[in-house]
Amino acid sequence: MSKDFLRFKNHQSVRTSDIPWLSAGLFRDTVLKACQEGTRPILLDATGSDRFTVVLADDREHSLLCAGCVLEGKSGYQSLSAEFPAFHMFERELWENSGIVPIGHPWLKPVRYPHNAIESREMTDYPFFSVHGEEVHEVGVGPVHAGIIEPGHFRFMCNGERVFHLEIQLGYQHRGVEQLMLKGNFFNKSVLSESITGDSTIAHVSAYCGALEALAGITLSTRALSIRVFAQEIERAACHFGDLAALANDVAYLPASSFYGNFRTPLINMLQSICGNRFGKGLIRPGGVACDISQSSLPERREQLKDIRASFRIITEDLFSSASVLSRFEKTGTVPMETAAEIGMTGLAGRASGLAHDIRVHHPYSWYKLNRIEPVTQTGGDVLARALQRRDEAEQSFELALKILDELPAGELRRPPETLQASSMAVALTEGWRGEVAHMAVTGADGKLTRYRVKDPSFTNWFGLALAVRNNEISDFPLCNKSFNLSYCGNDL
Amino acid sequence: MIGCARMRFKFGPLFIPDVRKATLSAAFRGLPLPDNGNCVSGCNECLHVCPTGAISLSPLTIDMGKCVFCGDCVAACTHGAIRFSNFHHLATTERDRLKVSGISVEEYKKTAVTPPENAGMFRNSFKFRQVSAGGCSSCEMELNACSNVNFDMGRFGLEFVASPRHADGLVITGPISENMALALEDTYQAMPDPRIVIVVGACAISGGVFAESKALNRSFFDRHKVDLYIPGCPVHPLNFINGILDFLNLRK
Repeated sequence: MSKDFLRFKNHQSVRTSDIPWLSAGLFRDTVLKACQEGTRPILLDATGSDRFTVVLADDREHSLLCAGCVLEGKSGYQSLSAEFPAFHMFERELWENSGIVPIGHPWLKPVRYPHNAIESREMTDYPFFSVHGEEVHEVGVGPVHAGIIEPGHFRFMCNGERVFHLEIQLGYQHRGVEQLMLKGNFFNKSVLSESITGDSTIAHVSAYCGALEALAGITLSTRALSIRVFAQEIERAACHFGDLAALANDVAYLPASSFYGNFRTPLINMLQSICGNRFGKGLIRPGGVACDISQSSLPERREQLKDIRASFRIITEDLFSSASVLSRFEKTGTVPMETAAEIGMTGLAGRASGLAHDIRVHHPYSWYKLNRIEPVTQTGGDVLARALQRRDEAEQSFELALKILDELPAGELRRPPETLQASSMAVALTEGWRGEVAHMAVTGADGKLTRYRVKDPSFTNWFGLALAVRNNEISDFPLCNKSFNLSYCGNDL
Repeated sequence: MIGCARMRFKFGPLFIPDVRKATLSAAFRGLPLPDNGNCVSGCNECLHVCPTGAISLSPLTIDMGKCVFCGDCVAACTHGAIRFSNFHHLATTERDRLKVSGISVEEYKKTAVTPPENAGMFRNSFKFRQVSAGGCSSCEMELNACSNVNFDMGRFGLEFVASPRHADGLVITGPISENMALALEDTYQAMPDPRIVIVVGACAISGGVFAESKALNRSFFDRHKVDLYIPGCPVHPLNFINGILDFLNLRK
């Protein structure tokens, strides 16, 4: 298998000339074989109208695989989604961006109506699936929703209160991130990557910097890596607080909602006191970090984190011992492990269904390379499992953040890189609070950036939400939705 | 029940007593204070690093409508000509007021907001419909935080509502993607008069870091007048709440 693929590590730069290019038939056989052996797709990237590359993750071997496919003429290729549904979003995206047709794709629909597409279409033309029958009715929601939420359209096909099928149409947030990455100075795209998904600021800017630093061939001081990962774990804990607050709110358990919300504030204010922004914007820059955590502030920060953790435990104990909460959480929006694996769910939602994918564990990078992390998983796959997963991950984040504060070594904060290796490619995966974030950067013969790709975990997990609500009551949709809390703008780019 | 009571007792009151006077940590980047006296002509380092083209020279000026408050210019300027204060009451009723050059915090505070004539109408109740049009969700999270137990803007009668029919104001975040342009216009049209338009964050005010993207459609602003600009990336809850209170001429 290995000679059919270029094998490399997360955050490693490789030469693009080492990518093996295969004919469509051989490519298909090779990729299918690799997937049967347990690898999973990370990206499909069209490099022309007749060729594309695939990046797969081999979690057991802790490495990434890349191979190219060359089409004969513009005939397309035989879709992989029928055998491995995990490819279905990637193939749709490939088709939409490049026009390469995955022949026989069971669900070939637009992903985000991008303005770089070959075919320009209107949002209003989306080909919705429809269910017919005397007692079947449709409920359409969005793009503008009731609260302060990003836009997306949900169409439910129901029998009474029961949901048969949910179709999710996204794309409203499409801003052309990948195209903007290629415009202007690539070393200056930190703010753009911070704005891919505001709630995963640290995860995305870390991935951008990781890809850039790999291409520049530089390594960072342990202090810089520690500060980055500290911010990452605070971001994770803060988002889990926010989500637990929202889950409690959706089952009308307002005390827990208010208290979680309250203690999210000092957590994100800790980022603000370090870098001037509650979401950590401005902290992580190519070559290191722009702001330091002063030695004198360490004892106070430790105490503060321990206080927040103590309060978190009180609220959590109360939430998960409340019968009215558990009765709404349990057996609601279940995604069994087999389904989750089949559709390629990742990150928090995947782990709640029992899939142990965690980039920090399987493809360690940065500080996680120096410190072993134990993966946390659940088995239920329901709203309760996703809530418990948040509880356990927040606990783990506190532990890691405190460990970093205890062991913060001296070192250089930042040494900005200046040039990129020519004709190279780097894939940087990071584990955001939602799941794996992937950034891929490719340079040309002149060392200039030629391709940039981004994948947010939401991209693969939205379909999980659609499956989770099947056979549930439509009134439980907000709860299911919150338990995933996926990103619209991360999907739409 | 007992658990709730225990938490109430243990945690005590959680709201910020006076949001008008609350200050932010020294590290917070609020009103920029460009100092033209220290600016060295021909240097241009700040122009190279600014991701949104918010800086202009002679005199050194920062446009808060474009600025994402990232602080990269502060690090790049070796002459000490740019610094940020932690002053966070940044809202203004005039677009040009966001272009700051040699203005003091006190001066900005006094002149930024001119309340409209009908401000009294909303004195005890001002409801907003929020539309995220390509926003990255950080402004959205901060707007949500405005209603949490800390910031609690409900105490002033300020509230986000579900239906545009119930709204007095339209709060826009995001650079307005082409794909959201129609939904945004529809939301505006569904609101009753008078419709107050409030744009929040660098993306909504100028397109921000996405300004050069082809995937935007900002024609909404050709058709409709903006009443209040609240800059930030993202906007801080105290920035938003105080901006609205200034707009309503409420000094409480």
